[in-house]
Amino acid sequence: MGSWRLYVAVAVGGFRRYATYRAATAAGVFTNTVFGVILVYTYLALWDEKPHLGGYDQAQAVTYVWLGQCLYATLAIQGGGAEKDLMDRIRTGEIAVDLYRPADLQLWWLASDMGRSLFQMVGRGVIPFLFGAVFFPMALPTEVTTWAAFLVTLLLAAVVSFAIRYLAALSAFWLMDGMGISQALMITGVFFSGIVLPLNAFPGALGDIVQVLPWAALLQMPADVLMGETGVPGAFAFQAVWAVVLLAAGRLLQSAATRRVVVQGG
Amino acid sequence: MDAFIELDRVEKVFDVRKKTGFLKRERRQVRAVDSISFSVARGEMVGYIGPNGAGKSTTIKMLTGILTPSGGRLRVAGIDPSRERTRLARRIGVVFGQRTTLWWDLPLIDSYKLMHRMYRIPDERYRENLDRCVELLELGDLLDVPVRQLSLGQRMRGDIAAALLHDPEVLYLDEPTIGLDVISKAKVRGFLRELNTERGTTVLLTTHDLQDIEQLCKRVMVIDHGRLMYDGPLAGLHEIGESERTLVVDLERELPPIEAPGARVVKVEGPRQWLAFPASESAAALVARVAAAYPMVDLSVREPDIEAVIAKMYAEQSEKAVS
Repeated sequence: MGSWRLYVAVAVGGFRRYATYRAATAAGVFTNTVFGVILVYTYLALWDEKPHLGGYDQAQAVTYVWLGQCLYATLAIQGGGAEKDLMDRIRTGEIAVDLYRPADLQLWWLASDMGRSLFQMVGRGVIPFLFGAVFFPMALPTEVTTWAAFLVTLLLAAVVSFAIRYLAALSAFWLMDGMGISQALMITGVFFSGIVLPLNAFPGALGDIVQVLPWAALLQMPADVLMGETGVPGAFAFQAVWAVVLLAAGRLLQSAATRRVVVQGG
Repeated sequence: MDAFIELDRVEKVFDVRKKTGFLKRERRQVRAVDSISFSVARGEMVGYIGPNGAGKSTTIKMLTGILTPSGGRLRVAGIDPSRERTRLARRIGVVFGQRTTLWWDLPLIDSYKLMHRMYRIPDERYRENLDRCVELLELGDLLDVPVRQLSLGQRMRGDIAAALLHDPEVLYLDEPTIGLDVISKAKVRGFLRELNTERGTTVLLTTHDLQDIEQLCKRVMVIDHGRLMYDGPLAGLHEIGESERTLVVDLERELPPIEAPGARVVKVEGPRQWLAFPASESAAALVARVAAAYPMVDLSVREPDIEAVIAKMYAEQSEKAVS
């Protein structure tokens, strides 16, 4: 595939697109910082009552909170990334324009979402994380290799996140309206990613289940790699398997969708 | 003749499911395109017209490969579009008046840079084509403006340029002048004419605006209810449809209906009167006759609209079928 330059251009466009809305970004930084502070004090109270809940000490719990706030928009945990644009385009029929192009639909949207993710991380996510690191005791690694492994898990997390949302968005070809899908994405994303409570703190069988679902690849895996709570190769494998499975499912659904495409309107 | 686009008894049938009661659904088939055959030679500029829902867009979607025909044979540049959509996509350009291919939140030039990569246009060729489009479509001041801030006419010109940077052999235009003001329309038409004569680009144009056709296309095809009703020169269409133009006359005061040979009054409203006359006749002669006999203050001539022409044509066909 010699068209990597196209997808790089698409990713750059995705990045710049989000970069144009500065007020929204500033509001996002503020919200994530405030939510982080609220969650940190809630967690500290909880960990006071139940020390080592989920195997984390207090500093790790705090780190988990700020990483969650950093990745909240980066990984579009409650939705609102490329899938939202895609569903809109399916609903209005604009998708026809995308299909005329000599480009792969899935790669196109993946590239666009990667650009968005990158902007949301550097423009919005990093600031609350630094704020947390300055004002609260956090459990951050000192070895460069851990940070490098962490960056790889972030990349894989972004791909898994996209793959989940892409699958959901394609269902708009059949359902026509994206409202229900968006809400389902939001609820499942917020609950199963562990943004409210770390997945390892979930009790019993529920805890076992949520830790093998694809959403565990989003926040839990990067957090555990960063804090040395899990083996790096295992984490990579877990994320990579979900990425491949979900992207492949997306491809299958995409070819079914475009074969039966009833492009809306005129 | 070198047939560039070829359709042979092409059909497109949609299954429509309708709820008829509790859990009961009725399946109905809709023939959006019903056994259409035509061919377009390389370098032709053809108008493809018909009322809303006639099957125009369905035809274009099949020509570009995003819809698969239910029956018949369809070839564009020797390629079966629905089988080789991506390969064909490099050789065609598509402009939808109601939709945009441009990047909404970003400056216009960003969308062009994307086209550069997407169609893998050689750098020099890209530069040349972009310069030419910028000059002819007057886009120079707009390149750094985010697309969402462009007016409809500016966006439309931007979209046309985007569809042409990769030197497509054929350009499909769906309502390219819809909603544009007179000046923008003239610019778009001038550009398309130049494109067709200078570059020999084959153009298939769907429109509601008969003036688009009059000024651009020697040949016109009319489609209605999925069937090809007419294929030939525009003048012939007027004859068949017996289409009429309307002369709107403002008189000094209220007067009885104007009597003028070759025209009939269809409406009177105070001092204003509407006269219908055959589209094939000159308006000048009629105006002279009316002006000589009546105190005229102002006048305007209205072109027949395509719906009226087609409605008339359709009525005649069904009459023939009955008798």
